[in-house]
This record gives sequence, C-alpha cells and structure tokens, in this order.
Amino acid sequence: MEMQKKSPKPARGLNGKHGQIWQAYIFLAPAFVIAAVFFIAAIVFALFMSFNHVNMISQQFEFSGLKNYIDVFQDDVAMTALKNTAIFSAIVVPMQTIIALLIAYALSTRGIKGKKLFRLVYFLPTLTSSAALTLIFMFIFNVTGPLNNFLISMGLYQHPVNFLQNPAYSLKVIMVMNIWSTVPNYMTVYLASLVDLPESFYEAAEIDGASAWQKLRYITIPYLRPITTYVLLTGIIGTFQMFDQAYIFSNGSGGPDNSTLTIALMVYQYAFGSMNTMGYACALAVVLTIIIFVVSRLTERLNGSEGLR
Amino acid sequence: MKEKSKILKVILYAVLILYAVITLYPFLWALAASFKPLKEIVSGNPGLLPQHFTLDSYKYITGTSSLFTSWFMNSVIVSLIGTIVNLFLNTMAGYALARLNFPGRQRIYYGFLALMMVPAQVLLIPNYLILMNLGMLDSFKSLILPAAINIGNIFMMRQFFLSFPADVEEAAQIDGLGRISTFFRIVMPLARPSIATQAIFVFMGFWNNFMQPMLYISTPKKYTLTLGLQTFTNQQSGVRWDHSMAASIISIIPIIILYIVFNGYFLQGVRMDGEK
Repeated sequence: MEMQKKSPKPARGLNGKHGQIWQAYIFLAPAFVIAAVFFIAAIVFALFMSFNHVNMISQQFEFSGLKNYIDVFQDDVAMTALKNTAIFSAIVVPMQTIIALLIAYALSTRGIKGKKLFRLVYFLPTLTSSAALTLIFMFIFNVTGPLNNFLISMGLYQHPVNFLQNPAYSLKVIMVMNIWSTVPNYMTVYLASLVDLPESFYEAAEIDGASAWQKLRYITIPYLRPITTYVLLTGIIGTFQMFDQAYIFSNGSGGPDNSTLTIALMVYQYAFGSMNTMGYACALAVVLTIIIFVVSRLTERLNGSEGLR
Repeated sequence: MKEKSKILKVILYAVLILYAVITLYPFLWALAASFKPLKEIVSGNPGLLPQHFTLDSYKYITGTSSLFTSWFMNSVIVSLIGTIVNLFLNTMAGYALARLNFPGRQRIYYGFLALMMVPAQVLLIPNYLILMNLGMLDSFKSLILPAAINIGNIFMMRQFFLSFPADVEEAAQIDGLGRISTFFRIVMPLARPSIATQAIFVFMGFWNNFMQPMLYISTPKKYTLTLGLQTFTNQQSGVRWDHSMAASIISIIPIIILYIVFNGYFLQGVRMDGEK
C-alpha cells in the first residue's frame, strides 16, 4: 500500500486556503451524513439493542445486561447454525482458493489461445445475481432435474435423489453452488496479479529443468502468497456471512432439519420472524462479527504473510 | 522437451475446457428449460434440447398476468438512480480525501476505513428500524439511501486522485473557473475510466441485491427482479420451473451486455480490488 504513504499534494493555486476547507466539507457532507446515520448510528444502536430485551410490539427496551450473549452460547439452534457456518466455510474457502489458483495458472500459461473467450465464460457466474443462480441450481438438483436424469442414465443411481429436501445433501448443494459461483471472481484476482510475475522467473526455472508442477509449486504459489491472503480473507468473510443462497434454498426456514441454517439466516429469523427477539438477534450479529474477525486474523497469521501488500 | 510441453498444453486445455463446461452446464440447462413446456421439464426428458420448443414462458412473464415487467423496471430505476448518486458522492468524497487540505482529514479517512470492516448483519437490524422511523420502508428510497455511498469505492477514487496531475486544476483556475465548477467540468470528465469501473460494480450491486429488497419491500408491485424471481417457486400449483428459468435468464442479460461493453473496465476494477 505504498500509495497511502504519499501524503496528498495540496491543490496549489486555487482560491485560497479557506476555499479549500469549505469545498472539502461540502464534498464530504453527503457521504458523512449517510455514514453517520446508516453506519455509525446503526452500529451504536445494534450494540445497545444487544444488551437489551427488545419488545417490538410495545417498542420497549429493557436492559438485560449480558443475558443475550450468554443465551447465544446456551442455544442449541445457535450452535447448529455456528456448526453449519463453520463447516461451510472450512470446505468452501480452501476449495474456491485452490480451484481459482489452478485455473488462473492454466489460463496465464504462455501460448494458450482463446483466453478472452475462456474469461468471458468463466465470468458468467460472477455477473449473475445469487437470486437467479440459486434458482438455477435448485432446478438442476431437483428430483426430476437434469442432474438426477444424468446420474440415473449413467447407472449410478436407481432412484432420483432428493438433493433439495434431504438434510444429508442440502448444505452440500449450497457448498457446490457457492464454490462454483465464487471461483471466477478470485480467479480474476489471481490473473491480474500473475500478469506482473516476471517471465524471467519461469525461464530461469526452465533452464534448471523444472517441470510445470515444480514451477507452480516453487514460483507461482509463493509469488501469489499476499494475494492468497486477500483471497482467503475475502472468502472467510463471504462464507461466514452467507445468506442469500441459504435463504432462497430453504425459503427462509434454514431447513430441511436446520441443515442449511447459517448464522446470518438465524439473525434474520430471530430479528424479523414471529419471535420478539431483536435484542438476541443483535447479540448474534455481534458474535458473528467477532468470530469473523478472530478467524480472519488467525488465517492471516497461518498464511505467514503480513496481510495485504 | 518439446514432446513434454505438448502434453502439458493438452492437459492445460483439457482443464480449461472442462471448467468452461462446468460453468456453462447450469446456464445451458436453464436456457433450454425456458423454452420447454413445464410438462416436458418435470416429466424428466433427459435431453438438453427442447422437444416441443415454445416461447410460452417468455410470453407469460412479459404478459399482463405477471408483474415481471414492473419488477424489471423497478430494478432498472433503483439501479440507475442508485448508481448515479453513488458516482457523485463517492467521487466527491474521494476527491476531498485525496486533494483537499482541511482539518481532520486523516481522522475522517481512518473513520471510513474502520466502517468498511463492519459486516452487513450488524447494520441490518438497526437500519431496518431507522428506515421504519423515517417512514421509508416499502419504498425505493429504502433501497437507495443507505446504499448511496460505497466506502470501498470512496477509497478507490481517493487512490485515483492521489496520482491525478495538479496542473489540470491550475489551468482551469487560470481560465477563471471556480473550485466547484473545476471539479464537475474538468476533473470528473478526466476521471472517466475510474468512474466507469465504479459504475459497473455499483450497478451490479444494486441489480443483484437480494437481502435489502427482501427485508424492506412488502408490496409485490414494488419488488425488484431478484425478489420477484422467488415468487415463481412459491406457487400453490407447484414450482413453475419454466417461468422461473425464463425470468432468471432475462435478469442476467442486462449485466452480460454491460460486461461485454465495458470488458476492459471490468478487469481494471477487479485489479484494484485485488490490491486493496
């Protein structure tokens, strides 16, 4: 982040020092008002509610200390949601990172033709809304859908599998969908960085007789380490906040059998469902924030990089 | 050595093509299903291509018995207004943070930086209550106002203006332009590439947003596309895969056109994201 170290040059020769200050305040005012209301006030409000019992019907707040936070850790449903979210993240994040890196490596290899076309095709899932993607995947995986027909025609199954309503499969379907839809974005991030990798690194390795695998293992992967940290962090933040896909998949219920219940979905259910538990939902959201922060820092350490360049 | 690199190339192409097939597979089936009658879809016709090609799904969703056209227009309105507001607010804020000297600049900069790390779930509940108290629920304002700035893009613009040549402003000054008009008439047009990158990602964010419309909008006529799509799966008569696939396909098209037109800007944007 060398850019940040440079102190911005003052715009010289414009009409005086005070004019500049006024212009700055006028230019920042709209952004500042939005941030003050929908970010800063919102955060304070959320923290306040997390220490209260909130009754939305009577619009009353009753201070309850740490009760909401203690409840989170004694709530079996919250533990199920936490477990689902953790498993989801633990599988999706490594998979999306590895696939994105491999595809980017293949695509950046010298002499590969049709790169533009490949990139256009690969980018399609990134362009598509999670709302449309989830519907398309539900169609693919439904009992009479293309995948079941394919598996049966291959003789792998006798009867169609109910991927959508069987708790053993439902979260896995969302994992596949999530990996499939996030890989292109990270692949593009890797590609952008691989452009800067000096060709002479590879040439030197080739003179030493390095194989393609060795080049990937000893040149590409170490070179991409800072970007990998970025990809891992973004992946962790994204997977821990996964909401749209689980919501649409289960129509908001987190079912079948709570198998697709994520923390983000639970926050929604407890805040806006029939229960009067907005304070508890706020506490859950705060706990989620802390978990994301801790897991992100741990990953950063484990990847052995000082974060983003 | 040459033989080896040939084999390697075959493997690489195989990987790339296989992944392209994996990426296209769901889209092709969705596209094919949108041209099939529902009966053919649920009867388990194992072929990709429609046996009874029909445009009925498209006719139905764009017809009067469906609100699809309203949803599409709602998405267009919200995304366009939201994007234009964002472009001005983000660019102005980024410019002020990069080019203007004023007391408290560093503090405001770090304040924005900190806000970027707060996850959406924390903001969701209080924002719902704030919008309720402002009387904005169930209106497009609720979708646009809280998202009228994008802190990530404020930073992108700040970074851009840090390396923006100062003589441009000086020349405008000599020509007798005031500060504000210099910005709108000289600086912003020159910042077009960065603003275009920003525009694409902000537009995509509005167009594809699901969570906020789902929470804030309750009148079916005011739904955005992403929200409207879901109604096809919640029908009494069972899931209308034919309608829902046709609607999904139409919802993707504007973004694909945007991508093809602005292809160069897209990559630039991802690149900047990657170096954040």
